[in-house]
Amino acid sequence: MNEIFRSTWPDYDPGRYFCELTRNRADAGPVPGWLVERLGRIGMAELRARAAAAETELIDLGVTFTVYSDATAIDRILPFDCIPRVLTAREWDLLERACIQRVRALNLFLGDIYGPGHILRDGVIPAELVHGNANYRPEMKDFPVPHGTYVHVCGIDIIRDEFGDFRVLEDNARTPSGVSYVIENRHLMLRSFPDLMAGIRLRPVDDYGRRLRAAMTDIAPGGAHDPQVVLLSPGIYNSAYFEHVFLAREMGVPLVVGSDLLVENERVYMRTINGLRPVHTVYRRLNDDFLDPAVFRPESQLGVPGLIGAWRAGNVAIANAVGTGVADDKAVYAYMPRIIKYYLGEDALIQNVETHICREREGLQYTLDNLHRLVTKPVGESGGYGITIGPRASKEELEASRATILAEPGNWISQPMIGLSVAPTLAQEGIGPRHLDLRPFIVTGRDSWVLPGGLTRVAMKRGSLIVNSSQGGGSKDTWVLADDFQPGPTP
Amino acid sequence: MTPMDAVLLARDAEGLFWMARYLERVENLARLIDVTQSFESPGYETDAWFGLIRINADEKNFAERGFVPDADHVKRFYLLDKGNPTSVPANLEDARTNARTLRPLMSTEMWRQINVFHRYVSHITPEDLEGDALARLCARLKDGVQAHTGITEGTLYRDQGWYFYELGRLVERADQTTRMLDIKYTALLPWDGEAARVAELTQWNAILRAAAGYHAFRRRARATFTAEDVVHFLLRDPSSPRSALLCVRRAESHLDDLRRIYGLSRAVEAMEVAEYLRELLQEKPISHILAMGLHDYLDIVQIHLQKLAAAIGRGFFRDWQPEDPVAGPVAAQAQA
Repeated sequence: MNEIFRSTWPDYDPGRYFCELTRNRADAGPVPGWLVERLGRIGMAELRARAAAAETELIDLGVTFTVYSDATAIDRILPFDCIPRVLTAREWDLLERACIQRVRALNLFLGDIYGPGHILRDGVIPAELVHGNANYRPEMKDFPVPHGTYVHVCGIDIIRDEFGDFRVLEDNARTPSGVSYVIENRHLMLRSFPDLMAGIRLRPVDDYGRRLRAAMTDIAPGGAHDPQVVLLSPGIYNSAYFEHVFLAREMGVPLVVGSDLLVENERVYMRTINGLRPVHTVYRRLNDDFLDPAVFRPESQLGVPGLIGAWRAGNVAIANAVGTGVADDKAVYAYMPRIIKYYLGEDALIQNVETHICREREGLQYTLDNLHRLVTKPVGESGGYGITIGPRASKEELEASRATILAEPGNWISQPMIGLSVAPTLAQEGIGPRHLDLRPFIVTGRDSWVLPGGLTRVAMKRGSLIVNSSQGGGSKDTWVLADDFQPGPTP
Repeated sequence: MTPMDAVLLARDAEGLFWMARYLERVENLARLIDVTQSFESPGYETDAWFGLIRINADEKNFAERGFVPDADHVKRFYLLDKGNPTSVPANLEDARTNARTLRPLMSTEMWRQINVFHRYVSHITPEDLEGDALARLCARLKDGVQAHTGITEGTLYRDQGWYFYELGRLVERADQTTRMLDIKYTALLPWDGEAARVAELTQWNAILRAAAGYHAFRRRARATFTAEDVVHFLLRDPSSPRSALLCVRRAESHLDDLRRIYGLSRAVEAMEVAEYLRELLQEKPISHILAMGLHDYLDIVQIHLQKLAAAIGRGFFRDWQPEDPVAGPVAAQAQA
């Protein structure tokens, strides 16, 4: 363990888990001991006072998401932990390359399954897994998209195991959220902890809006001079509405809801005070199902009738493309290393977590035999819902889980229990280890760009492995060091 | 980029218009409540407080929500009852809901202030309505809206959106000023001559204070002023920020800017209504208006302010429903 850390917070014990701040990482460059030193100088009382002030700031600014349970909707802030997570330049180099590799493979895969279908014919992935997938959209068949990009915004959930090795837990290729917190957290840190950051060269995060807008411009239908981009949101009752506002502002484009748009002669317009105005790219934060009641859910009030028709006529771009959900499905995830190899001829730079597919006989058998050691997940869900953590489940819970899996095996995967890495986090008891993950965001128009760092989600409850915001997770500012160095003393 | 290139969604124009109206209502309610308290004279409390209900045309709503006409209930109806759509908390809730939809267009400071103000208002307690606490509460409410107005003045980008925000504020303010004047109609006076004269003076002064015009009026008016002078000041003074005429003139000029600078020819219908209103406010001598009945005259002014709002809505907003002039966009979106 890092000496400075031990002398500053002698009670901190990450146990058997990997901790970025206290374990030495031979291949990662120097461990940022200076961070601990500075935190020590600030001291616990001051740290708590500033953390409380920072949370008040978030409430005042309305940086909130909405949690729905039963009949109530509550605005909550994403709990913010003021101890940053630090990634070294060398670690980031690997993460960045791995993310780009993965997004390339996802786009090639989507282009293939909605096009010639080579990968299915070559038997790399079972055809029924694709065609039978609830998120497979036959409407997309043989419909080319600009630059072959389907997944314009991708969030890849990455964890570190007991050895500190990065592993991909999940791809989010539909409408991943959380990027606004990355930027808001940095602003908050800059205001609240200038002394912690002084003299540290970090990769900046405030370029996201410009990059996203550029990608949306890249994919606009040809011929549009200075194309009109809009952000399509389900509206103020959506749990991620704050983020929609944030992104519309950062991009400098109108935030629209479905009823602001209409389609005439296969062209999309928005209703302004001066009549209709053409729209060329729709960055939508609405699921496929709701996009166009004329094609998908007829009862959807959030979408725009005729939008898909306008899109197929080539008059508007939609990002992310329709039908990307088939690629980030938890069942397809299991095949990602092979998918990467198939299209790129490369090994995955960051490995998956070992995954057992219950739709396959061996996978199901293995899962049922080892329920108490495995984490079981429904394939269609997101947000941490429906997960059973075997080693922490009661006998009854395990039996209930067995019954649910047996009722519909195709709906389930299982993974070994990973010892998710921890990081020092300000907690009731002092500075305690809390589990975390990382969601980098990749923006792709013509080319891919990765926002340095990404969203670090942290389970605020001691021992909890669930980092999702809907289940009480919080976040940390994620620092990517511009280069590996040891700064001098704080001025 | 020329101003012509700027895009404003019809929905956002409507949201700005209504956000300004809701907030203006909060300030005016606080002013009216403050004034009503000053009106209070032993034996007449109930009449004074129920006057508030009458000038806001809230009689039905008040009774339906189970309130009885006494001072306490009127205060609770306007300051605590979130279920009453005309209460301070409900107006602020609506203002904040609109602010949420408008956040892409608003400055961070504006949003933050509304957010903090909203939290304050949702925590008003029955104790805040008692004794001298009520005056402090009214002061805080006025402060809250005035801080909003100041922040908006200093930070909101002045494109078409700003014009719609201003139009909402002006229409609402003109309407509220006519309602303040109407207090005179509902307030009772003592019978006896000298007492009546003193009481009437007190009432006019209170109304002037409510309309933030007391000192300005003093500077402008003759030493012995008449009711006519006060009515003239509140309806027609060209310089008082809350006079109905000033509000209407500014609205007219904003509409003209929208037409000229932004090429919005749809402003014409609303401009015609504004022009008519301006003439209505100026044409007859005040003595004539008083002789014919101030209350009825104010009614006509209020109806034309509603027509002005409706004309703006027809010209520019998305889901304008002319048959229900008080329903803002909040109601429309709650169904989405």
